[in-house]
Amino acid sequence: MNGTPAVRFEKVTRRFGDVRAVDAVSLAVGSGEFFSMLGPSGSGKTTCLRLIAGFEQPDSGHIEIFGETAEGVPPYRRSVNTVFQDYALFPHMSVGDNVAYGLMVRGMAKADRRRRAHEMLELVKLSGLEDRRPAALSGGQRQRVALARALVVHPKVLLLDEPLGALDLKLREQMQVELKALQREVGITFVYVTHDQGEALSMSDRVAVFNQGRIVQVGTPSEVYERPSSRFVADFVGGANVIDAATARQIGLRPGAYSLRPEKIDVVGADAPPPAAGRRGITGTVAMVLYQGAVRRVQVTAGEVALNATIPAGGPELAPGMAVRAEFADSALHPMADPW
Amino acid sequence: MVATDIPAPRDGMLRRISDALMRRPRLFLFLLLGPPLLWLGIVYVGSLIALLAQSFFSIDEFTGLVKYEFTLKTYGELFRPANLDIIIRSVLMAAAVTLTAALIAFPIAYYAARYARGRWKALFYIAVTLPLWSSYLVRVYAWKLILAKEGILNWFIAKAGLTPVLDLVLSIPVIGGPSLSISYIGTYLVFVYLWLPYMILPTQAALERVPNSLIEASADLGGGPGRTFRSVILPLALPGVIAGSIFTFALTLGDYITPQIVGISTLFLGQAVYTLQGTAGNIPLAAAFSVVPILIIAVYLTVARRLGAFDAL
Repeated sequence: MNGTPAVRFEKVTRRFGDVRAVDAVSLAVGSGEFFSMLGPSGSGKTTCLRLIAGFEQPDSGHIEIFGETAEGVPPYRRSVNTVFQDYALFPHMSVGDNVAYGLMVRGMAKADRRRRAHEMLELVKLSGLEDRRPAALSGGQRQRVALARALVVHPKVLLLDEPLGALDLKLREQMQVELKALQREVGITFVYVTHDQGEALSMSDRVAVFNQGRIVQVGTPSEVYERPSSRFVADFVGGANVIDAATARQIGLRPGAYSLRPEKIDVVGADAPPPAAGRRGITGTVAMVLYQGAVRRVQVTAGEVALNATIPAGGPELAPGMAVRAEFADSALHPMADPW
Repeated sequence: MVATDIPAPRDGMLRRISDALMRRPRLFLFLLLGPPLLWLGIVYVGSLIALLAQSFFSIDEFTGLVKYEFTLKTYGELFRPANLDIIIRSVLMAAAVTLTAALIAFPIAYYAARYARGRWKALFYIAVTLPLWSSYLVRVYAWKLILAKEGILNWFIAKAGLTPVLDLVLSIPVIGGPSLSISYIGTYLVFVYLWLPYMILPTQAALERVPNSLIEASADLGGGPGRTFRSVILPLALPGVIAGSIFTFALTLGDYITPQIVGISTLFLGQAVYTLQGTAGNIPLAAAFSVVPILIIAVYLTVARRLGAFDAL
């Protein structure tokens, strides 16, 4: 990361009553970065976003936006803008007036702000809907209006609070592609809050994984996915298998906890030739097979151990109760420093 | 796993009726709305139409009897200087009361809608509706005592050394008088007190429906508190304020007791209607007077709608 970070947190804490919603969080978001905050609900990611926007003030710690202290600065004096989870479009204004609101507030002449609002609506592919009311738009269209309204004032940082949460799957996937393209086009730092690991992995330059008010891991999507630092990250980011110390000893590994991605596991018959060099296997029985189109998810149990494997559809027939061996390469095992 | 020890839902007459109603949603709606609509149609709108009809009759000046012939003569009488005075005085009073009530109600309603939670909210509802628990008449008399020359307010003002200020206010022509309880100021104060709950409650209900995120969005886009209030909060609360103002306006125009107890002897619209239909026996003119508030409110609502006050609904 070069230059001044777009957003910097230094041991920021925000309490609500007895709960530390954000607990001594430090982070730095690079300028122009697509930065995601990923975590389950209540993990503090939205509060972090609201701290950047200025809707919350930290109880302790320090926040900088492009090198400037943000504590005590009201939201309307910050050069960051938010796309709200519920879009928060003004119901009594037309789409055009909604988009032009930030320009109107800044005292821009009517003709100018109309033109800019129009350009921005064009960018989000909504031109021609200026005179509609938000209530007359679909969820996807509202989402784009909210995006245009936030971008029209050229924020230094755009904050997005689960913006795709209310859309259906197909639209969500389409918007992921568009959002990423848009971010490249406008070159603005995006801070993106989501609980959907797929969304975070597919769009972000870096991901911060939140749990219980703390950041448990920060890294590129592949780092977080391939080399989770803890059992929580392994499980939350894509449901990796966790091999605990006892199991590790059982299959002849050095003591410690390891993560193992489901797609790295092969399921072979129990009578297949023993694993080749550099590979290991756990013999057990098939507990469950879930058909998911292109892949099958198979759960193999061996005593206390349960491994989830994702295998291509069309392989050998597998049914619950069958004796099998779950096989994987040693290189697929990622040791975790912190088991939790 | 199929549970066999759980009995089937009980059957009964009421259940069978609701089964039948579920299959005939229109019948259900009719049963729900029928009685109140009949009531509204016959008792409510019917009496309004009867009133309207009366206003197109006139009174025979010699016999004092009502002539049941269509005429606009009675409406013409409204424009006689004495009657026009009553109308203008009442409308000005109603407007002043409405404006003041709106100004006082808004902060209270805003606090209750946006900040008060749990116990504080309950306290708000109790505090706002508490005056309505007691008799209207008693409250007006209580105010007469408060505002009287020997009353507690004067005593308080004297103790605070503000008597000259009060005297100055009371010496203002038209609205002043010998004491607060015998002046338009007194009437106005009592009206504001009486109708304030009717302004607070609808305003609060409207503000309650404004999502917090809209206020945050305005600030987020650079709108300071003043701008957010003007462009987001007020427009969205306006339908509630207008609903409240209809209450305060119509209630002030229709009241014939308060100005009789607190105030001077000149008539307000309600008093005019009261005396005309009672002692004077001039039902047509009383009816014509009663149509005035209806017309004013109809015009008010039309203008409000044109100005976009209901865009947020």
